[in-house]
Amino acid sequence: MTLSAAIRTGDVAQLPGKRDEDWRWTDLRGLIRVLPPPSPEVSGEVGDGPFGPAELTIVNGRLRGDTAALVVPAGETRTVRLRFVSASEATSHGAHLAVELGEGARLTLLESHEGRAADYVADAVLTIGVGKDAALERIVLTNDDPGAVTVSTAIVTLGYGARLSQTVLAGGAKRQRIETRVEHPGHGAQVRLDGAYLLAAQRHADLTSVVTHDGVGGVTDQLAKGVVRDQARGVFQGRIVVAEGADKTDARMGHHALILSDRAEVDAKPELEIYADDVACAHGNTVGALDEDALFYIRQRGVPEPEARALLTEAFVGEVVERIEHEGAREAAAAWVAARLGG
Amino acid sequence: MLSINNLHVSIEDKPILRGLSLELPAGEVHAIMGPNGAGKSTLSYVLTGREGYEVTDGTVTLDGEDLLALEPNERATKGLFLSFQYPLEIPGVPAMHFLRTAMNAQRKARGEPDVGAGEFIKLARETAAALKIDFDMLKRALNVGFSGGEKKRMEIFQMAMLQPRLLILDETDSGLDIDALRIVADGVNAMRSPERSMLVITHYQRLLDYIRPDKVHVLSAGRIVATGGPELALELEREGYEKYERAAA
Repeated sequence: MTLSAAIRTGDVAQLPGKRDEDWRWTDLRGLIRVLPPPSPEVSGEVGDGPFGPAELTIVNGRLRGDTAALVVPAGETRTVRLRFVSASEATSHGAHLAVELGEGARLTLLESHEGRAADYVADAVLTIGVGKDAALERIVLTNDDPGAVTVSTAIVTLGYGARLSQTVLAGGAKRQRIETRVEHPGHGAQVRLDGAYLLAAQRHADLTSVVTHDGVGGVTDQLAKGVVRDQARGVFQGRIVVAEGADKTDARMGHHALILSDRAEVDAKPELEIYADDVACAHGNTVGALDEDALFYIRQRGVPEPEARALLTEAFVGEVVERIEHEGAREAAAAWVAARLGG
Repeated sequence: MLSINNLHVSIEDKPILRGLSLELPAGEVHAIMGPNGAGKSTLSYVLTGREGYEVTDGTVTLDGEDLLALEPNERATKGLFLSFQYPLEIPGVPAMHFLRTAMNAQRKARGEPDVGAGEFIKLARETAAALKIDFDMLKRALNVGFSGGEKKRMEIFQMAMLQPRLLILDETDSGLDIDALRIVADGVNAMRSPERSMLVITHYQRLLDYIRPDKVHVLSAGRIVATGGPELALELEREGYEKYERAAA
């Protein structure tokens, strides 16, 4: 059951919903009675994305230019801006892109999901292969329409010694899900899987990830943070599986959310499934309000309450932003956060 | 400068301060001593406007202005500064950024221009050096992972940077070894001036060997039950609070 299949076939019975354990908090089957018609081809200009002019632009599910895949040959280093633009109101489309990094290659992938119309349904799938000793830093920014339903899935396979560093910044939509699945071979491969969701009004964002450690000596470090206000809803589902024999795995997961109104909601499900004996795994999960004592302390120093709240909230999310390695992406991410926190 | 008249304060309907009166003229340093539970910290919090403290009677004025009508940040802008007994950790906010935000918020409220980056850093460097604070510590998140003594020194650092007119030191000596105590006291003494007043709240007399008060008040069961010179602190150190607790009961 996937949104891709439903869009491809036009059959709403293919939509994932409550009966699928991993989709019970993001129920598309219950939400969508009829899929909107397929999105038309749009050939006009779509301006620049949040990272500037893009090397790859996918509009309404169609990749512009004559590239079919993003390939970084062995030993080479690239920075690629990849945009997914939804440009037509109340239509649906899906897109797929393959990303391949050869041995020792390095790629900074600056990916944005942008709504330029209302109420669309969009699906995006990336299949990513990171070769032996190659390194991918992927930063995902979303600017979806409040009436949109979007699902973005990345399926990542890592080689020995490969590195994946990912930061997803989700602004939500009517329903928005960003899912990452990683096949982790251990053997020196490292994964950093970060995310933040900043949600207001009635927006919904779902950060879901599954990392499967299949080999000895893998490292996974995950930090997700959320800020929800109004009637927004944040979902975090993080699963780390350590298969039998994947000894010396070092996996850490943290999810921390701030709920800034009585009607906002956060649903979190951190899971560690461990079948190996000799591992170091830990997870932490907190959901709460801003620290009133800290707020008073800041106000006692002369800072008015709204600014004191903004200072604490921005610092809370800042930890995720600071872990972004690419400087330009870090700045774009900081600007994205500031815009959403009304700073 | 500060005038407290017949102040009654309750926390969740439980009376803590019961008719506290105090005059703190400009330029003077007054100590408030008292046993645990006398209401010392309540006094510091109600003066600075923390939520949860209900003033049921009495007045507090700062240079004739009703202090209790102001928001905590407005009180700070008027020059009121509390050195916290337990300074809060502010994760993710470097000490320098925190302090510059505070300084500029106060300046903005007073209609003054922002402090320039160069000017601010120069001032911070000099002030930190005087308090033997490693400048690199100011780049770390405020108070996160700092020792008790470091946190207290950071309070005095903030105080020296913000140059308040009315200082409340709440148990500033707790958690300090003798060397740190001397550094902190030197920092406080350097701020003594005819335009600045201080309220030094302490359980022990020790701090008052370093910060010499003009007057000592004994707070017991929510009221000032005795007032005297520095010799009163020595008497309390010798004889304890028992006689005042009996008197207040």
